[in-house]
Amino acid sequence: MIRVRNSNLSHLGALLLIVISGLFLIPWQIRLQKDSNSAGFRNTNIDLDLREQIGQSGFLAALSGFRAPLAAILWIEAHSAWERTEWGRMAGLFNTVTTLQPHNLLYWDNAAWHMAWNASAAALQDEKQKSEALRERTAREYVSLGRDFLERGIRNNPDQYLLYERLGTLLRDKEQDHAGAADAFSKAASFPDSPTYLRRFAAYETARSPGREREAYTRLLQLFKEGEKQRVPTLMKELRVLEEKLMIPQQERILVHENHDTLSITPSSPRSSGTP
Amino acid sequence: MKINVSPILRVTAIAENTFTDLVRQKVFYFLLLFALIMIGNSAFLAKFSFQEEFQMLKDVALGAMSIFLSLISILATAMMLPRDLEDRTIFTILSKPVPRHEYLLGKLFGVLYLLVLSTLIMGALFLGVLLLRERSALVETRQALAGSPQELITALNSIKASAFSCDLIPAMAIILVKATLLSSLTLLISTFATSGIFAILVASSAYFIGHLQVTAREYWLGGISVHWWTRLFMALVALLFPDLQAFNLSDDIVAGTAIPMGLFWQTVALGGCYTAVYYSVACLVFQNREL
Repeated sequence: MIRVRNSNLSHLGALLLIVISGLFLIPWQIRLQKDSNSAGFRNTNIDLDLREQIGQSGFLAALSGFRAPLAAILWIEAHSAWERTEWGRMAGLFNTVTTLQPHNLLYWDNAAWHMAWNASAAALQDEKQKSEALRERTAREYVSLGRDFLERGIRNNPDQYLLYERLGTLLRDKEQDHAGAADAFSKAASFPDSPTYLRRFAAYETARSPGREREAYTRLLQLFKEGEKQRVPTLMKELRVLEEKLMIPQQERILVHENHDTLSITPSSPRSSGTP
Repeated sequence: MKINVSPILRVTAIAENTFTDLVRQKVFYFLLLFALIMIGNSAFLAKFSFQEEFQMLKDVALGAMSIFLSLISILATAMMLPRDLEDRTIFTILSKPVPRHEYLLGKLFGVLYLLVLSTLIMGALFLGVLLLRERSALVETRQALAGSPQELITALNSIKASAFSCDLIPAMAIILVKATLLSSLTLLISTFATSGIFAILVASSAYFIGHLQVTAREYWLGGISVHWWTRLFMALVALLFPDLQAFNLSDDIVAGTAIPMGLFWQTVALGGCYTAVYYSVACLVFQNREL
């Protein structure tokens, strides 16, 4: 009897010890979660939408901390779907993978590229579809799906330049939305770790946006003044076109002298050159 | 004649015996073999992806390490006490001047040896596969871009950046800490469990609940409008189970997020605290258990 009482007491004591320890550990857990979130960890929401996408066993795996391997396996499955050119299935799998791993830029980037470039091109060449209008409509839908992947990727990773750059490329090459592309490239270029060419891309796309020529000219001129590294042939060509379009006075224009095979550039503006 | 043996020696002797017992079991070899096959194959699996070969390799390999270390920790710990009771070796040990808490500590350290050894083997294979794949990718790229030196330098740097990263070491260490915590929790369960199977089932359930603990905690403390009994239930879940999601950092590490050392050590310390709490509670329960 005494033994039974002791055993019950020790079980009660054990339960109390866990609860009391829990009370001390929970504030620590909350602080750790905040620290993890601010360092870019544990920001993935595992919700009912995901449950519908990946089924019960997949959801269980995701809950058990195996999101990354599950995403990797589904990505491999998407590769098999690609080999069989099952674009619809690929889109579904990409959706699941990006939901499982929303902070992995490569998944967003590749999903968007496959949809906007490969799937749309395949839709345009689809021989089963006789109507050209319908082929074009399907292609546009895939481009729009690709854009959607990039926009969702940006919402999940707003502090990375890569997806802004990809969005700019998509808007420029697939939707001919130059103003949108200029904004996306400008945003990408604003990150300190972004490549320098993004500023030029932003300026080129601004130059192609109706009504923004003056802004584009200012940007290109600023890049020109930064030195030889920025003075690539496209930038020079765009500058000349804008000088013509904006009717920039001759004395303020950039002079381009061609000496045999080399190109030498002298700014002719009295203010910039310091000469009359 | 009474011989005084220090507690450290007693615990070490029990731990060594436990470790020897565990490595002799076929289940350990099967689990380790499956894990090694999975990690070895990760390079092969990665070839089926589009471009993110190294990332896939790391995802699959670290995922395999996490799955198999968790399995080893639960299976190895859950079977220890019931088998000692069945073989009656527990009576031989406890009839000597060995306190029960030292016996449990020895058992826990025995499992810990096994987990460390498994982590080292799996980690070495993983890093070996990663290194080999990196070398072969570098050779292929050098051959492919031999004509354009500028592009070659960019491509080689990109391969080097996406292959090995120092953050993989803390990622593996955190997987080990999580497995140690699970061992301690399973040890606690096995102190009142009536059989090894029961301990495995309860520990596996605790594993899943532990991954949902953060949700329970948010329901309890987050001001979400629920019935009082739901809030009470969620509070109990949050208090009784560890937050296992806190140890799932490898996904984000593979995705390229750098782990700050402060966060790493905090996570390790949290794992250590949970391990100590569950071990202490296991001692309390085992102290009065009728054998």
